[in-house]
Amino acid sequence: MVESRHQWKAWIYLAPAIVLLLIFTVYPIFNTIRISFLEGYNPLEAMNGTKYAFNLQNFAKVLKYKNFFKCLKNTLLLCVITVPVSTLLALLIAVCLNSIKPLSRLLQTIFFLPYVTNSIAIGMVFAAMFNMVGSAYGTPNQIITTAGIINNIIGVFGLGPVNWINSGSTYLANMTVMVIYIVWNALPFKILILLGGLQSVNKQYYDAAKVDGTSRARVFWRITVPLLSPMIAYVVITGFIGGFKEYSSIVGIFGEKMGPADDAGRLNTMVGFIYNELYSSTPNYGRASAAALILFGIILIVTLLNLYVSKKRVHY
Amino acid sequence: MKVVLENLTKIFPSRNKDGSEVVAVNNFTFEIPDGKLIGLLGPSGCGKSTTLYMICGLQAATSGKIYFGDDDVTNLEPESRGVGLVFQNYALYPHMTVKQNILFPLQNLKGEDKLSKDEMLERAYNVAKLVQIDELMNRKPSELSGGQQQRVAIARALVKMPRVLLLDEPLSNLDARLRLQTREEIKRIQKSTGITTVFVTHDQEEAMSISDMIVVMKKGIIQQIGKPQDVYDSPVNLFVAKFLGTPPINVFNGRVENGAIYIGEDKVASANGIENQEVIIGIRPEGFILKENGALKLKLANVEVMGRDVSVVSTKEESANPIIRSIIDADNKIEEGKEEVTFDIKPNKIFIFNKETEERIYLEGQTPTYVPQKEEEKVEEPALETVEETEAVEENTEE
Repeated sequence: MVESRHQWKAWIYLAPAIVLLLIFTVYPIFNTIRISFLEGYNPLEAMNGTKYAFNLQNFAKVLKYKNFFKCLKNTLLLCVITVPVSTLLALLIAVCLNSIKPLSRLLQTIFFLPYVTNSIAIGMVFAAMFNMVGSAYGTPNQIITTAGIINNIIGVFGLGPVNWINSGSTYLANMTVMVIYIVWNALPFKILILLGGLQSVNKQYYDAAKVDGTSRARVFWRITVPLLSPMIAYVVITGFIGGFKEYSSIVGIFGEKMGPADDAGRLNTMVGFIYNELYSSTPNYGRASAAALILFGIILIVTLLNLYVSKKRVHY
Repeated sequence: MKVVLENLTKIFPSRNKDGSEVVAVNNFTFEIPDGKLIGLLGPSGCGKSTTLYMICGLQAATSGKIYFGDDDVTNLEPESRGVGLVFQNYALYPHMTVKQNILFPLQNLKGEDKLSKDEMLERAYNVAKLVQIDELMNRKPSELSGGQQQRVAIARALVKMPRVLLLDEPLSNLDARLRLQTREEIKRIQKSTGITTVFVTHDQEEAMSISDMIVVMKKGIIQQIGKPQDVYDSPVNLFVAKFLGTPPINVFNGRVENGAIYIGEDKVASANGIENQEVIIGIRPEGFILKENGALKLKLANVEVMGRDVSVVSTKEESANPIIRSIIDADNKIEEGKEEVTFDIKPNKIFIFNKETEERIYLEGQTPTYVPQKEEEKVEEPALETVEETEAVEENTEE
């Protein structure tokens, strides 16, 4: 507890962080909200004193774009698939890691590695792995022999090469690659949180369960999962927030076209949409801001939903 | 269900580089009679919890056997042994209500033992009534007091009707008043269910007050087994004498000379038939009789009045402790400002111990109630009957 006469000291210590937050977080948020209501806003013109109409035109325009709904659909799909899958996988891996004694440190490090890698760089590696290289190099036979590692592995099982990400690939194939990549990328953080949670669970609960002859599955569902529920809620909520902001992973694999070569923008997401509005040949700051606010609204609603559900489900 | 431990040993591999193993429990042999409450008592690190966990099955014995009745359970998993265990911190599942906690062991039952929902509820409510928590069934553990949590833990252990109930330091997490209340409660529950119960404690008062029998342990070795009063009245060695009793026994360095016990120059008791030697002398605080020109002269330091009795604090050069505490009746008056106080010693409250081995040397009129096990020889079980016999002998001699 800080005594009141020392409070000014506390404020001084906090000042650097507060100043930075004000400049780079608080001001941009409010400015974005303001701009989203200004029709045809342009910062350069604004500096010269141009006045803009204050209305909802930006929102109306954004909601009329077909492209916007394509981006929204992609984003929602990725979220709804990857968050549960990665959470479940992370939970399983964390439980396994927690019960392994030898080399546990090493294994934890290995599982944490994706977290410290660059998502663009790893995306390019994934792109190479899923590639069907060589369509430019000649006969179809050559295509198979120079395929990426995934197609080679599939080939071992006698299955034909799948066109995952190249020209002519299907939406399903594209999404599969994205889901695998995003799940893989999301695992380490979730494993870290859940493992930490597991390690703080009192071992005596498990001893008590053992004395009572509890089966393994029951221990997992009735004891481990409920005891971990605060951490699970945390990784699910942060997972959804991260999922709605998905962008760099798609750039990593498909490049800035956000889709296979013959269908650019097929996998575009909400953040991609905002980015395109800002950096097209005729940038529209108002619409970008409106889209950002819509995204914010969606994240807010989903998070509140999450919190509401977890209040009922998260124990103690 | 009687519980028999036969040469039970637990050795933990060393964590140090020198490879020295830790013998937590060393060649334990004793029998817990059916339906009794047994206290495993000793300072921390004496192996009492390890023993409990081996009986429970959470830790495997390095060697030796454990029998429940005639069944050898040594290699059985905990769940097949039919034990109920109450953990030191209760280990109640925080996300379940009291009812769910108590039901949990029943819901695990499979095959023939499987119960219908109504049967489970009935049993849960019966056991909840027994420990008097039937009105708290819908609360979460975090909404209960320590004592209530303790009862829930006992209820959860009892609900599957275990053959043996095990309690690990059951009172250590309770405050002083609750502790007193709860130990009566444990005794009552144990009596009304008749389940053989083993509990572990480092608190001698706790063990003495509710146990039918106590097992005093030190460094993994049984020191003495017997009824609490017998162990208190006739400790087999200095460790047991020191460990039991509050206030603790007063210890002096002294000697036996020509059939008498001397503390310094004071001849405090006779020691017929014992060779001249240096000895350690223990005198219980209640073994002092205030008497003008009594046998033992002490320097008076302080008199503490406690209502019912008076605690006389004094010093003597030969005392092994900084102070000597004697408890005498409040009717005795000690003049203030006196420098010296003299006592006679009650012959059954003075014990002498070998200076080297610290083993008890029995004086005339003192009979051993327990024969310590020697490692090599196969020892007869010191079952409760023999203890009772010797007690009877002692009573006769006292008359």
